Amino acid sequence: MTDATSNAPAIKGTASSLLTESPLMKKRNAAEARFRMYGVIALCIGLGFLVFLAVSILRNGIPAFTQTVVSVEFTLTQEQFDEAESKMLKTAAYTEIFVNGVTAQLQERGLDVPFDGGTIERLMGKVGGDLRSFYRDNPEAIGVPTTFELPAASRVERYLQGNLTREMVVDGRFLEAADLDVVDALAEAGIITSAFDWNFITGADTGVDNPGGAGIGVSVIGSFFMMLVVLVLSLPIGVAASIYLEEFAPRNRFTDLIEVNISNLAAVPSIVFGILGLAVFIQFAHLPQSAPLVGGLVLTLMTLPTIVISTRAALKAVPPSIRDAALGVGASKMQAVFHHVLPLAMPGILTGTIIGLAQALGETAPLLLIGMVGYVAREYPDGFASGLLDPNSAMPAQIYTWAARSDEAFFEKAWGGIIVLLLFLLTMNLIAILLRRKFERRW
Amino acid sequence: MSILKLTATTAVIALTATTVAARDNVQIAGSSTVLPYASIVAEAFGENFDFPAPVVESGGSSAGLRRFCEGVGENTIDIANASRAIRENEVAACAEAGVTDIIEVRIGYDGIVFASQIDGPAFTAFEPADIFNALAPQVMVDGELVDNPHTRWSDFNADLPDAEILAFIPGTKHGTREVFEEKVIAAGCEATGAFDAMMAAGMSEDDAEDACLAVRTDGRSVDIDGDYTETLARLDANANAIGVFGLSFYENNTDKLKVAEISGVAPSTETVASGEYPVSRPLYFYIKAAHLGVIPGLQEFASFFVADEVAGPGGPLATYGLVSDPELAETQNIVANAITMN
Repeated sequence: MTDATSNAPAIKGTASSLLTESPLMKKRNAAEARFRMYGVIALCIGLGFLVFLAVSILRNGIPAFTQTVVSVEFTLTQEQFDEAESKMLKTAAYTEIFVNGVTAQLQERGLDVPFDGGTIERLMGKVGGDLRSFYRDNPEAIGVPTTFELPAASRVERYLQGNLTREMVVDGRFLEAADLDVVDALAEAGIITSAFDWNFITGADTGVDNPGGAGIGVSVIGSFFMMLVVLVLSLPIGVAASIYLEEFAPRNRFTDLIEVNISNLAAVPSIVFGILGLAVFIQFAHLPQSAPLVGGLVLTLMTLPTIVISTRAALKAVPPSIRDAALGVGASKMQAVFHHVLPLAMPGILTGTIIGLAQALGETAPLLLIGMVGYVAREYPDGFASGLLDPNSAMPAQIYTWAARSDEAFFEKAWGGIIVLLLFLLTMNLIAILLRRKFERRW
Repeated sequence: MSILKLTATTAVIALTATTVAARDNVQIAGSSTVLPYASIVAEAFGENFDFPAPVVESGGSSAGLRRFCEGVGENTIDIANASRAIRENEVAACAEAGVTDIIEVRIGYDGIVFASQIDGPAFTAFEPADIFNALAPQVMVDGELVDNPHTRWSDFNADLPDAEILAFIPGTKHGTREVFEEKVIAAGCEATGAFDAMMAAGMSEDDAEDACLAVRTDGRSVDIDGDYTETLARLDANANAIGVFGLSFYENNTDKLKVAEISGVAPSTETVASGEYPVSRPLYFYIKAAHLGVIPGLQEFASFFVADEVAGPGGPLATYGLVSDPELAETQNIVANAITMN
């Protein structure tokens, strides 16, 4: 603007040709070229970050999907079963019986390196729980040789992955340097192998001493129920509110005030909604702690403004001619909105909803306050009501919990969890795109 | 259509709100130091009993005890984990909210260790005085109490490495901080004579004790409010730094960390149990006695937690790094008979 006014007289005074570049022209072309370059640089930086992020997530997270397992044949006798069941810490008794059985079996078979029961115990993950639940579910397997694939200790896994070297091992109760010779021998004999870890996708959270058994499945269900609550509540409320505000409400100071408040709410930090949820839903309304229902309600509050704002934008984008035509052929205001305007605004509404849901899916802060972070995702809900009301965690909360644990194997699980979270998100986006394609109409 | 959905959802909400059944799982919250142990016991409890595994939340000792003291009822927690004993004012706050009968359960001991990068400078032995000289805002130099002038460890102790002072210590919401202050900083304060100098300068005993617990605020002492994994990540990025960890965390990460002796004693479960290693603290959980018999599995969980097979030597907690309490039998008696505090 200033350029144009200050330079205008100069142009008038000189006889310039369009074929030769005047200094001013050169300057303007250079400015444009520079600006394009800035754009490309910005794009490259953005892409660079994205590639860096994707590579590091995949590199760190992929190992979480495979597991080092010890596959051995093992027979549990009826006496051993009864003896283990009579103890208080039954799982430890199962572990002991298993370790003794495997040690005897391996000694008979003969390995080149010396080992004892203690070695085998250190090399195994926590197997007692798996064994007990297997034999309780399959009593007919007692006394019958059964092949088990049970997780190895996390340090054995890290050693085989190359993340733990012999020099780094400090002899302790978790692992001794001499144990690694046994690991090598067992790997050579095909007893220690690597397998796809279905349990990571379907399993529940475990105690801190059992990284081999931890899975993200239960918290995926928790996230699913939360998203269900968010969708079922925020979509109808948000769309109804925006239709009223956009199409029916009178324009006055009161509706202006509401509009300003909605815009402000969209910018409120999520932790604030967590505190609100704790005070209103748990302490006042007495809803259960750590329940996905409460998590969903809190996230609904967070998502509503996003949906209202995007829905209103989508309604505004529908040309007035559509409304006028509908009214012109005798439709009532409500018929015009629901039969003509709303279907045309649907793609925009869906986009807004998915953005809001995606935001809610990745939220951890409000969940901290309503008790969904910690050792929470312990078991699958046994029905719809239990899915809403029984304590459960959510994917981002589970990732946060794992990242804070001292055993490095959990850190890997956290990266794996990020991959699952991103896949969940991609699926949601895919559904939104498909729905949008279906509803999209051009004029 | 959306109106139909709306009514349907209100109906669902109303339905679920009325069918909130009696809670059938134990709810626990509190110290992030006790959390690993509690999660181990919770998982084992779910595996070994027909009760659902308890929910164990994190958040810190103070936050856990605050929630514990919110009142009695199904929507309050049953057990608070704490890495320090409950305070007088917390007991009072509890009583005010109707939580009058509290059972204190000591599960064992935890050592607090000073560790640094395994390839970093040779931080192999400290005295409490060294830590005080490095981290206090005011220290004794040539018999005078002055603002801390030290920037390198070798400035005040030639035996220590010539490295920049940088320490990552637990933030104030952690129970660990209190132990760190009392057993290390305060001990160093007295050992270097700073305490006496403060008294001589006309401070009252209480003020001097408080002043002794302060740490410098010029960025050489960094509070970590997160978990030990955060401290570990900060150490990874700073070769010269030392960090404060729990003994069990260190033992799980011996391939990355090396630990320093305090007053000539190396930390281990043995030296902590015998009391030789000076920086250790008991770990607790607190049970709301009013919830016993109301919340299914609470009594069983508490008894299971302190059973010899679990919390005793050789149990899963000791394997993970908890130092077993020599007086566990007494604790078992307290839990079995629901003996409340006082």
